[in-house]
Amino acid sequence: MGLGTVAEGDKRWWWNRNVIMVLWMMLSVGFCIGLHCHMRTESLRKAGETLTSMCEERARMLQEQFAVSVNHVHALAILVSTFHYQKNPPALDQVTFANYAARTSFERPLLNGVAYAQRVVHAERELFENQQGWMIKTMNREPSPVQDEYAPVIYSQETVSYIEALDMMSGEEDRENILRARATGKAVLTRPFRLLESNHLGVVLTFPVYLSGLPDDATAEERVKATAGYLGGAFDVESLVENLLHQLAGNQEIVVNVYDVTNASEPLTMYGVHLPDGHMSLSHVSMLDFGDPFRKHQMKCRYRKKPPVSLSSITTPSGIFVICMLVGYIGYAAWSHYDNVKEDFRKMEELKKQAEAADVAKSQFLATVSHEIRTPMNGVLGSMLDMLLDTDLNLTQMDYAQTAQVCGRALISLINEVLDRAKIEAGKLEIESVPFDLRSILDDVISLFSAKSREKGIELAVYVSDRVPTILTGDPGRFRQIITNLVGNSVKFTERGHVFVQVHLAEHVKMVIDAKTGLNGHANEVNITSATTVFSTLSGLEVANSRNTCESFKMLLSHGASLSCTFGSGSVPESIADKVTLMVSVEDTGIGIPVHAQDRVFAPFMQADSSTSRNYGGTGIGLSISKCLVELMGGKMNFTSRPHVGSTFTFTAVLQKCGKSSGVDTKRSLSEVLPTCFRGMRAILVDRQPVRAAVTKYHLRRLGIITEDVRTINEALHTLSGQNGYLNSSQPGKQPSIFLIEKDSWDPKIDFHTRNQLLQRKEAGHIEDVPKVVLFLTTESDKTRAGSHADSIIVKPLRASTIATCFQQMLGMGKCQNKDIVNNSASLRGLLDGKNILVVDDNKVNLRVAAAALKKYGAKVECVESGKSALSLLQPPHKFDACFMDVQMPEMDGFEATRQIRIMESTAYKEASPYDGSVMAIRHLPILAMTADVIQATYEECVKCGMDGYVSKPFEEAQLYQAVAKFVVSQQIPGSS
Amino acid sequence: MSLMALREQLNGLVNSMFLEGLLDDQFEQLQMLQDESSPGFIAELITLFCGDSERILAELTKLLDQAVVDYQKVDAFVHQLKGSSSSVGAQHVKLACVQFRQFCEEHNKEGCLCALNVVKHEYYLLRGKFDTMLQLEQRIQAYESKQQI
Repeated sequence: MGLGTVAEGDKRWWWNRNVIMVLWMMLSVGFCIGLHCHMRTESLRKAGETLTSMCEERARMLQEQFAVSVNHVHALAILVSTFHYQKNPPALDQVTFANYAARTSFERPLLNGVAYAQRVVHAERELFENQQGWMIKTMNREPSPVQDEYAPVIYSQETVSYIEALDMMSGEEDRENILRARATGKAVLTRPFRLLESNHLGVVLTFPVYLSGLPDDATAEERVKATAGYLGGAFDVESLVENLLHQLAGNQEIVVNVYDVTNASEPLTMYGVHLPDGHMSLSHVSMLDFGDPFRKHQMKCRYRKKPPVSLSSITTPSGIFVICMLVGYIGYAAWSHYDNVKEDFRKMEELKKQAEAADVAKSQFLATVSHEIRTPMNGVLGSMLDMLLDTDLNLTQMDYAQTAQVCGRALISLINEVLDRAKIEAGKLEIESVPFDLRSILDDVISLFSAKSREKGIELAVYVSDRVPTILTGDPGRFRQIITNLVGNSVKFTERGHVFVQVHLAEHVKMVIDAKTGLNGHANEVNITSATTVFSTLSGLEVANSRNTCESFKMLLSHGASLSCTFGSGSVPESIADKVTLMVSVEDTGIGIPVHAQDRVFAPFMQADSSTSRNYGGTGIGLSISKCLVELMGGKMNFTSRPHVGSTFTFTAVLQKCGKSSGVDTKRSLSEVLPTCFRGMRAILVDRQPVRAAVTKYHLRRLGIITEDVRTINEALHTLSGQNGYLNSSQPGKQPSIFLIEKDSWDPKIDFHTRNQLLQRKEAGHIEDVPKVVLFLTTESDKTRAGSHADSIIVKPLRASTIATCFQQMLGMGKCQNKDIVNNSASLRGLLDGKNILVVDDNKVNLRVAAAALKKYGAKVECVESGKSALSLLQPPHKFDACFMDVQMPEMDGFEATRQIRIMESTAYKEASPYDGSVMAIRHLPILAMTADVIQATYEECVKCGMDGYVSKPFEEAQLYQAVAKFVVSQQIPGSS
Repeated sequence: MSLMALREQLNGLVNSMFLEGLLDDQFEQLQMLQDESSPGFIAELITLFCGDSERILAELTKLLDQAVVDYQKVDAFVHQLKGSSSSVGAQHVKLACVQFRQFCEEHNKEGCLCALNVVKHEYYLLRGKFDTMLQLEQRIQAYESKQQI
């Protein structure tokens, strides 16, 4: 429905666009046509104007010339009247007149000639004819018939001498002219007619000559009476106008007609050809005034050709039309492009919504699935494994079960990390800051991959520099995630050799590398001893950046050793700084990363071989997450890799040092508790590979075992006897009790030999006890091969706790130390059952919880809420077997209260000294500090004020057990004995 | 049938609180501590906790209301609250307290006020759930006792 309307609206929109386009086209066509018309009319108008001006110009010129001629004829008339009539005898004769007229003809360019005709009345005819000596003739050159009066030409210019003696009254036009002229006293014109002789069209101008000066207002009668004669001239209009027009520009373009329009209905052509009227639309008529009011003349001008349609009136509109079309097209294209883009955008929006929905669905799916997995995992770990651990297991089983638990926990945390991935992508991930023990995290990671590494037979090892503080503040989960990822990758891609995790202080590494570059020649020395194909790495195989790792590792070791004493005393310079930059490297001898893939290693979902037939599974997101995490921790991650040799991933991480108290308390609460019963033991380690030896030593050192490493078994035997001889005198009992042998130094023959040797020595009294022989293996399958000569076998990867378990089993330290590492509520119950315990805490809630927890283990609990009331209750003698004391309390804090109690005890002891037996029991009340801030309370402070231990406040069973067991057992023993 | 439903409801509530992170392992431990010998343990504890917390929150509000804040006192109270919340397993409240203490150390009044609000918010959120939990538990107990009769 909604879609339908959208489509409809869309259609209408489309339709509209086309209509608008068509409208635009029509508009522009109309406009262009209009423009064209406008331009044509404009040009026509202009042509008309030009015509008008040209016509007017011609008319004016003609008129002027005409006027000039007329004036001159007038002047001649006056001349004639003056010299012919007013002189007696007349001063004029034909010769003079002709001469004068010829000489002044330039003044009358329009007249081809002038003549003077005298008025002769019939009565005077005879006299006149006699006088002149010729007969008056008509125009037809016949003797004139009898008339009232005659106007014979007496004087004439030479050009018109043919009319001499002709009676002007005999010509119709001339007669009319004469009559009109003498009546008006003005120059008058005939209508155009064919002139004599020339046969050209012409008009005759006639001017009256009066006898005496007439007044201006004389009547026609008076004028007729006074008339003496007539001066006439013929205008040869045709040729004259032609001459005139030739002098003017633009003669070719226009046609000029001159008409006599005295009779308006019947114009008489004076000049020009008469063309049909309809031919030309454009014409102009100018009135001409030749000075004769009776006659009217006009000039009509026309273009010879129809004015051509101007080019611009075509090109301009068509150009504009083209432009309009282009603009229209552009608009149309832009519009449709806009529509397309809008449509695409809408689609994309839809897709985006889908993708987002899919993303949400994915996240929900992940969350659901993770939760679904987590629930049974919680069941497995939370109840079943815990229950399993609570049953009576032997040490190996225990270790396995614990490993299973640890691995399961790691799995759960991994699931959580999968959930967190979404957070990373959304940039919502925050790095925690809690204290943690780096070493135990690394141990956990190692154990997570132990099965895999054993199966593949690769050596998996961890080394943490002594200089790295035990407790660091940071985000253990993320740290573990990074290392798990890197180690997981390494293990996945490594088929033989080793995976080696090292942690050093960054500044230390830098220092050593600086030192190494300084002693370049020196560094190579180390390699001389190694065989040609054997590299001095963990497994003897070449690694990617051997230069940086192996050699500097040795240097680091030596540095670590030389500096460890200063470190031990706590005055290492970097301890001042609050921050610790760790440099973690994970080195493997795997397939390496192909060079072409190296630059996109950190891109998410990227594997070097992304084909479906690849050998190694996995999503490839791990590295990118790790890199993000490392960057969040303020570090950097990079790597070196050589195909078929291996890769080394290195990252730095900035962690905080753990406050002022990196004391035992924190350490215990955070890290896996290592048994302490091996402290001070000695061991000899036989290992050809110094790096591997260093790793083993590192783990043994954590257990407090002093280790000496030698290259071969013989050397070891030598050391043993030599040391033995030396030690016999000074430190008896400090002889090495464990003999650790790396598998490649081992074979049954040597084993047999060794055993014999040891036995011999024992018999000879050189050594008191045969040292136990422990063999290190990489794979389970080696176990059978190794034979039974070794006392115990440890399958790598090494972990301090694995070694400890093995040693405990082997040395028979079993039961009593066993309790140290086993969280057994049953034994806790046994320990606390029936004991009177005082709990001091100002916080009622805490008090209640602590009491309940202790009660659960069978203890009789009494609670007080302040140090003072505790003091009053603990006034010896009292019934309490132990006291749990909150550290931070108002009025009197835990430390102060303890101090007071101790003072009371000592005074009581002094007073009661005579009765020693009973006092012994109350002499020293075990006081345990309770604190929520494990960081804040230091073990030293606890001890200083006379406390015996501490528990972190939300009670943890294991920890409680640890703390309680230490003193309860020690109390129990003297108590029971 | 109704008893089962009630129990299920209670379990669901507690589980959801775990999932939300309102409660942590400590509460689990407390649940383990509650057995036949002390049937009302958790209820008692929660009542204690609530009473204590409300008192502390009131004190804190008063303290922070003053022009000159006695940070030592504030810190002591927050410490107490932190202690009790961690004992109960009220993770969010505890974390809020940790932050509060940081501001306290810095003598940052604004931060403290802000943190107090966070703590209060978390606390009231938790208390609402606790109340429901207690009601459910009471009903369960009532039901049980009825059955026993």
